[in-house]
Amino acid sequence: MLDLTWLLIAVPLASAAFLLLAGKRANPWGHWVGVAASGTAFLVGLGALIQMLGLDAHDRSHAVHLFTWIPGGELNLDAGLLVDPLSMTFVMLVTFVGTLIHVYSVAYMEHDPDRRRFFAYLNLFVAAMLLLVLADSYLLLFVGWEGVGLASYLLIGFWNHKPEYATAANKAFVVNRVGDMGLIVVMGLMFASFGALDFDTVFSSVDGASTAQLTAIGLALLVAACGKSAQFPLQSWLGDAMAGPTPVSALIHAATMVTAGVYLIVRSAPVFEGAPAAQTTVAAIGAFTLLLGAVIGMAKDDIKKALAASTMSQIGYMMLAAGLGPIGYAFAIFHLVTHGFFKAGMFLGAGSVMHGMNDQVDMRRFGALRTAMVTTWVTFGLGWLAILGVPPFSGFWSKDKIIEAAFVGEGAQPWILGGAALIGAGLTAFYMSRLFFMTFHGKARWTDDQHPHESPALMTVPMIILAVGSAFLGLFLAVGDRFSTWLEPVTGHAEHHEPVLPVAVIMIATLVLVALGAWVAWRKYGANDVPETAPAASLATIAARNDMFQDSVNRGVFERPGTHLTRTLVYADAAVVDAAVDKTAGSWARTGETVRKTQNGQVRSYALTMLVGLVIVIFLVVQGGL
Amino acid sequence: MSFTTPEIAWAPLAPLIIVLGAAAVAILVESFVRTPERRRSVQLVLSLVALLAAAGTAIVQWTMLDGAGTVVLADMVTIDRQALAWQVLILVFGVLGTLLFASRTRAGEEAFTPLGSVAPGSSEETLARRKGFQVTEVFPLALFAVGGMMLFAAVTDLIFLFVALEVFSLPLYILVALARRRRFLSHEGALKYFLLGAFSSAILLFGAAFLYGATGTTAYAGIAAGIGSATGLDALILAGAVMVVVGLLFKIGAVPFHSWTPDAYQGAPTPVTAFMGAATKAAATAALLRVVYEAFYGLEWELSWLFWIIAIASMLLGTVVALVQTDLKRMLAYSSVAHAGFILVAFAGFPDGALSALPFYLASYGLATMGAFAVISQVREKADDGTVLGEATRLGQWAGLGRRSPLLAGAMALFLLSFAGIPLTAGFVGKFVAFSAAISEGAWPLVLVAVIASAAAAFFYVRLIVLMFLTDVPEGQEDAVEIDFSPLARLVVIVAAALVVLLGIVPGPVLSAFENAGVLLLGAAG
Repeated sequence: MLDLTWLLIAVPLASAAFLLLAGKRANPWGHWVGVAASGTAFLVGLGALIQMLGLDAHDRSHAVHLFTWIPGGELNLDAGLLVDPLSMTFVMLVTFVGTLIHVYSVAYMEHDPDRRRFFAYLNLFVAAMLLLVLADSYLLLFVGWEGVGLASYLLIGFWNHKPEYATAANKAFVVNRVGDMGLIVVMGLMFASFGALDFDTVFSSVDGASTAQLTAIGLALLVAACGKSAQFPLQSWLGDAMAGPTPVSALIHAATMVTAGVYLIVRSAPVFEGAPAAQTTVAAIGAFTLLLGAVIGMAKDDIKKALAASTMSQIGYMMLAAGLGPIGYAFAIFHLVTHGFFKAGMFLGAGSVMHGMNDQVDMRRFGALRTAMVTTWVTFGLGWLAILGVPPFSGFWSKDKIIEAAFVGEGAQPWILGGAALIGAGLTAFYMSRLFFMTFHGKARWTDDQHPHESPALMTVPMIILAVGSAFLGLFLAVGDRFSTWLEPVTGHAEHHEPVLPVAVIMIATLVLVALGAWVAWRKYGANDVPETAPAASLATIAARNDMFQDSVNRGVFERPGTHLTRTLVYADAAVVDAAVDKTAGSWARTGETVRKTQNGQVRSYALTMLVGLVIVIFLVVQGGL
Repeated sequence: MSFTTPEIAWAPLAPLIIVLGAAAVAILVESFVRTPERRRSVQLVLSLVALLAAAGTAIVQWTMLDGAGTVVLADMVTIDRQALAWQVLILVFGVLGTLLFASRTRAGEEAFTPLGSVAPGSSEETLARRKGFQVTEVFPLALFAVGGMMLFAAVTDLIFLFVALEVFSLPLYILVALARRRRFLSHEGALKYFLLGAFSSAILLFGAAFLYGATGTTAYAGIAAGIGSATGLDALILAGAVMVVVGLLFKIGAVPFHSWTPDAYQGAPTPVTAFMGAATKAAATAALLRVVYEAFYGLEWELSWLFWIIAIASMLLGTVVALVQTDLKRMLAYSSVAHAGFILVAFAGFPDGALSALPFYLASYGLATMGAFAVISQVREKADDGTVLGEATRLGQWAGLGRRSPLLAGAMALFLLSFAGIPLTAGFVGKFVAFSAAISEGAWPLVLVAVIASAAAAFFYVRLIVLMFLTDVPEGQEDAVEIDFSPLARLVVIVAAALVVLLGIVPGPVLSAFENAGVLLLGAAG
């Protein structure tokens, strides 16, 4: 089964191609082909997982050679897959959650005339994401990286007949390009330093590289990760990406693609081990983004944008953990998995709410939905408890460990990082509870034509399965350090370090802050009435509502000077370069016309040309040779 | 003088025997199958079966060969992996060409005249057309041409080189003359091709005589030995070598021996142009490689800069004149001259790499050529009353084609991008390996010129793409052009496009196969 892992990529890819090419005939049943492709990938992954579990821990890294990609020369590269516990974790997450979301989408997109195309893109995404995590070299990873970017672009702009949605897709695409440049720089630096791009060679040559080289590579990796994972300062696209259909937000912009940056950092662990400065930067960016996302989340009234801000914040936790080194890697991935479950579940819940409320997203027009949509309420509630980190739900096991790990270290660092993580937990409790109470509790603030109803079983069943995962997956994986042990062959064994505060104190402080946040939210949004329009607010709230003016900053710092620069360059181009080129082209064309006249159509002159040519050539060669 | 029967190793010759044998059988079919329609089907099936069987046999031979290959027919022919690689390539072009030969428009019109022996526009011609005559001789002619080319790629003796040259040239002269429409143009092209071809054959033969005079042998190995030892006859050897090379350069279409290409490309029926453009160039390059590496390797210093001059002249003249062409087929003819220059770049300094780079280059070039002419054969002029006329080869007629048929125009754009050497197409990899080979021998100034010429050449390829996709159909011309789908031509377009993309993205397996072919010949050359 391990050798068949190429099927994981091939099956969804073939299905995507089939669905795109099949045409209208496939409209009635095409979506089931998409579901089947994703399901097949899951079964293949499951088979591989079972086989891998039967092996000894140190045998679990399995290389699958696909074909010789770039032979010979200075860069000799095979295309191959690396199947190890880390990539298997992603395979299971992507295919399992992916398949559930495929099923959910069958019902969610039922009335969309382009449902077949939607499933083609979803399959394309699954294939690209699996290629990203299974690749055994940075170049092949890059192919998957661009593939998920493409799928994300196509799906955000899926309803591109609305100009603002198309703009959102373009924005995501452009911001992601900045990150992709980072990855290209990474490959350039690696090729210059090590002459190779495959993980094996790069990681084994890390020891011989200077700290400066590794720091440069590490920072470029961080730029790439920031672009894909919506970390500061490249976070501005994620909120707009919510323009895509909700299943897309659940799969791509919550559970899988946006976490690719974390994967990249963890996979490149050997590089960061040699570059402490880059590693600290990763942790700092993570800590900053987790607070930034939480603050933005507190002020958003759009349910999907609030969830998006939360995603940004939670990925901040993962980045923070990934920046802590070996003690954090396993927890970063652990939180990534549990987050994949509970955030996807909550997005599907949000989709279910929108489905029942005529696509309303303004939480100020929700309220009291717990009676109308019981299943959605319960499943969403489990996700809410999980993200808050209430024991024994999933988030508790993963997030608490990250906070604990953030307090490890010397000097001011543990206090800053740990403090940020701790405050973040309180803020998270506040904004998630705000979202939960505004939507499901309090008084009904529905508009007149809304008649909320529970969604069909095709939608609720995936939500229930994800809710079960949100509730118990963390406990299951945390018992006896199962998950950390499973990842140990990849992330390395972490020495146990004592945090600067006793573990019990950290845990109690976290829980107290969480309870406090939830209580404030209940007081404000659960027990009291919520105004139907956003009230006038302080400067801080306005800033948070506007994503901390990120768009304005980008416009002022990058766009305006950039526009002026390009205008100047265009002028210079037209006046100098184009003029020169035009002149050259003109003279070439005149030469061409002249030469063309020698082609006069007479055989005798052709033969004469040949003869003269021959005589000249013989003369020259013989003269030169003697 | 005693005569000993040479030992003949039949198995390595099997692909050749299959093709030439099938050609002989096809002649009999011409005589004995009376109804034109049935004759055509029989010929088509016979050709395809023979070509595919030969390709299969050649591949089996490839896998069975080890070491330097087999010398058959008393040193006259060498079947090694280099020869087999070229033979398979020529057979692929043969298959695609045969499919194009057999393709028909929706109205059932073929590319060939109904009766080659009558005067254009005469009443006999009208009668022949009405009676449904067909020149099914094109299939055996193509088989003979393919057989000759396959032999051409494997010969190691100057006499046999000449024989093979004539075996594949004569059928081509006839094929060029058989266009259904614009027959005067077709006759003119064929006659020029024939006269100049005869002239170049004479030059080649003259050179062979010089070499025989200087070294006493016509076998490549003997000549190579003679070059090392002969004293006082250097001028004779040099002149002979140059004349043999020039004879081959004529077939490749390099400047100043290129004058036949525009007329022959334009006048020939488009399927013949496609086949000729792809296969002749491949066969001639194969023969040139072999004669240069096995016979003239010792003349590297003297001959190398001959290749430099001719390569530069071909690239520049081909590119510059293609810029000002208004006819699509003529434009591609000049583009083929420029490509002849790119091919010769790989010969600079006689690098080892050329032996594996050039088969790949010719594969990429030939596939794109096949595909491009297959597209051209489907874009037709339309009269005011709606009847479909001949091919629309004026550049202006292609304006707005992308809107009419995005897939066909997209395929054409792909072939043009491959000609231009844009990454992710086979053409890019081909240029890359060919130029790398030259760089390895320090010929970077030549490569610099080649890269500049490629950039300039991209201009006229891209101009056609702009014309197809970004230019509107001129007022009142909306109905002047018709896409006339023919299933076989479309199949050729699809296969060629798929291979161009495949070789552009995953060149690895094919490159390493050709590398294998190159290494072995080098071992034989010493």
